[in-house]
Amino acid sequence: MRALVIDDSRTMRRIVAGNLQQLGFETYQAEHGQDALDLLDGGLEVDLCCIDWNMPVMDGLTFVSRVRADPRWRSVTLMMVTTESEQGQIVRALAAGAHEYLIKPFTPDALRDKLEFLGLTAPAWTVEEPA
Amino acid sequence: MALSQESFAWVADLVRRRSAIQLAGGKEYLVESRLLPLARDLTGGDVDAYVQRVRGGGHDGEHGRIVEALTTNETSWFRDSSPFTSLRTHVLPQLLSTRGSVAHLKVWSAACSTGQEPYSLAMTLTDALPPGASFEILATDLSEQVLTRARSGRYSQLEINRGLPAPLMVRHLTRVGAEWQISDGLRRTITFRAHNLLDPPPAGARFDIVFLRNVLIYFDAATKKAILDRVRRVLAPDGALVLGAAETTIGIDDSWQRVPVGTGSVYTPSRAGAAGGAPFGAPAGGPAGGPAGGPLAGGLPSPRVAPAATPAAALAGGPPGAASLAARAPLGRAVAAAGTAGSLLPRPRPAAAQPLVPGQSRPATTPRPVPAAASGAARGARPLPNASDRNPPGRSPFDRTTYDRPTPAATPVPPTRGAQR
Repeated sequence: MRALVIDDSRTMRRIVAGNLQQLGFETYQAEHGQDALDLLDGGLEVDLCCIDWNMPVMDGLTFVSRVRADPRWRSVTLMMVTTESEQGQIVRALAAGAHEYLIKPFTPDALRDKLEFLGLTAPAWTVEEPA
Repeated sequence: MALSQESFAWVADLVRRRSAIQLAGGKEYLVESRLLPLARDLTGGDVDAYVQRVRGGGHDGEHGRIVEALTTNETSWFRDSSPFTSLRTHVLPQLLSTRGSVAHLKVWSAACSTGQEPYSLAMTLTDALPPGASFEILATDLSEQVLTRARSGRYSQLEINRGLPAPLMVRHLTRVGAEWQISDGLRRTITFRAHNLLDPPPAGARFDIVFLRNVLIYFDAATKKAILDRVRRVLAPDGALVLGAAETTIGIDDSWQRVPVGTGSVYTPSRAGAAGGAPFGAPAGGPAGGPAGGPLAGGLPSPRVAPAATPAAALAGGPPGAASLAARAPLGRAVAAAGTAGSLLPRPRPAAAQPLVPGQSRPATTPRPVPAAASGAARGARPLPNASDRNPPGRSPFDRTTYDRPTPAATPVPPTRGAQR
């Protein structure tokens, strides 16, 4: 399973990529939407894109629209990972074609939950048994 | 001061008597860490001194707080996801095939914690049931503290992030400041009530579906069997029990039949143990032995009729003395007290067909939005839509309640640039 992490913050890219690697993903990184489009255009095949909203050159929403408009990438799952938490923004992203929306800050469990629901990870249940 | 063995043994005994949860030796760290917040209030953070003071008397209200602190309230939306898929693809079609499309289904979410499970159930049922069918959910937990939170339907951003699919979030919740509020329509389908699984279940009640997940793991074998026995008595013969992923009835209670569904299982009363009617998974054979659309005997009181009708019902959060087992109002008593003839909650209209943004819909080229069980899809025994027919072009992205994994790339091509960084 491969994931492309698109975020202009190097720290955030590392965090998201690190979490994805823990879940067994092979990760790639891009600094903004255009950078990511170039990678995809160049033949990078991924199952998942984790996309920040506010980035220079090309923002996350534009990237989502561009990917959705191209049949070559119809199998790619798109998840916004952003601090934008207004309801209207979430609706916009979904309407543009994002499959999921994870609001920063998030816990590793939250990321795993979303990916599990998207069918991108094996179900993981953690059971704390005091006895 | 570290927790003494004597204090640990006293706490373990208290927790076992009140909740049947077993705290074996070696769990001292768990007791210490969970009781630390309570000890801060009373003894400046000394857990052993706190336990000794509570044991000394005059702090009976603390008993409930201790039990509550040691019961795990881990929960998330659509936890494990597979049970909700099973509900939509197998349990509901089976029930509707025997009850008819105007069935009124009664669901019990036992040990519901802060409400994510019953609300997830309500979202699933709202989407999956055909027009005319309706449902009501009874959600119970030992802890009044978590029930208060569950009733409020208000969740933090971090809680919302835990497993709630974004399309459902924007459909069923509204952002209020830094938090998110469940819609009134969804809240009205659920009655929250304090109930201890060691107590008798609702008197005369009959449920079609019982979710009892990640609870049995905490009990010893005899208690597990007793709880399963009580659940079987209130489950319709064609009803379904859903347990946690790590739980089973096998080897504990033979009066259940395991029905593999997808990657998980549901359980139905075996023929020998059932009072009659077609068991889940069996061909429809006339009216099932369940309530078949009628209200529960005694009825689940409508939330409007009996709001939080269980005084002193909880172990904790209530007044001193509320913690006594005798003071806990069994569900049946609360139901009788409410004296209603069963609430026929109007089925909330699915908002699915209406995009939240007028005029905006998913482009026709959209690869995999996943409108799950479209309304009206579950008539008769026909399974609800599966992955292959759940993806019509042009559907609103907000119709999605489940997701299908996108078709993996046929031939992975190594990246030409942007190597793994």
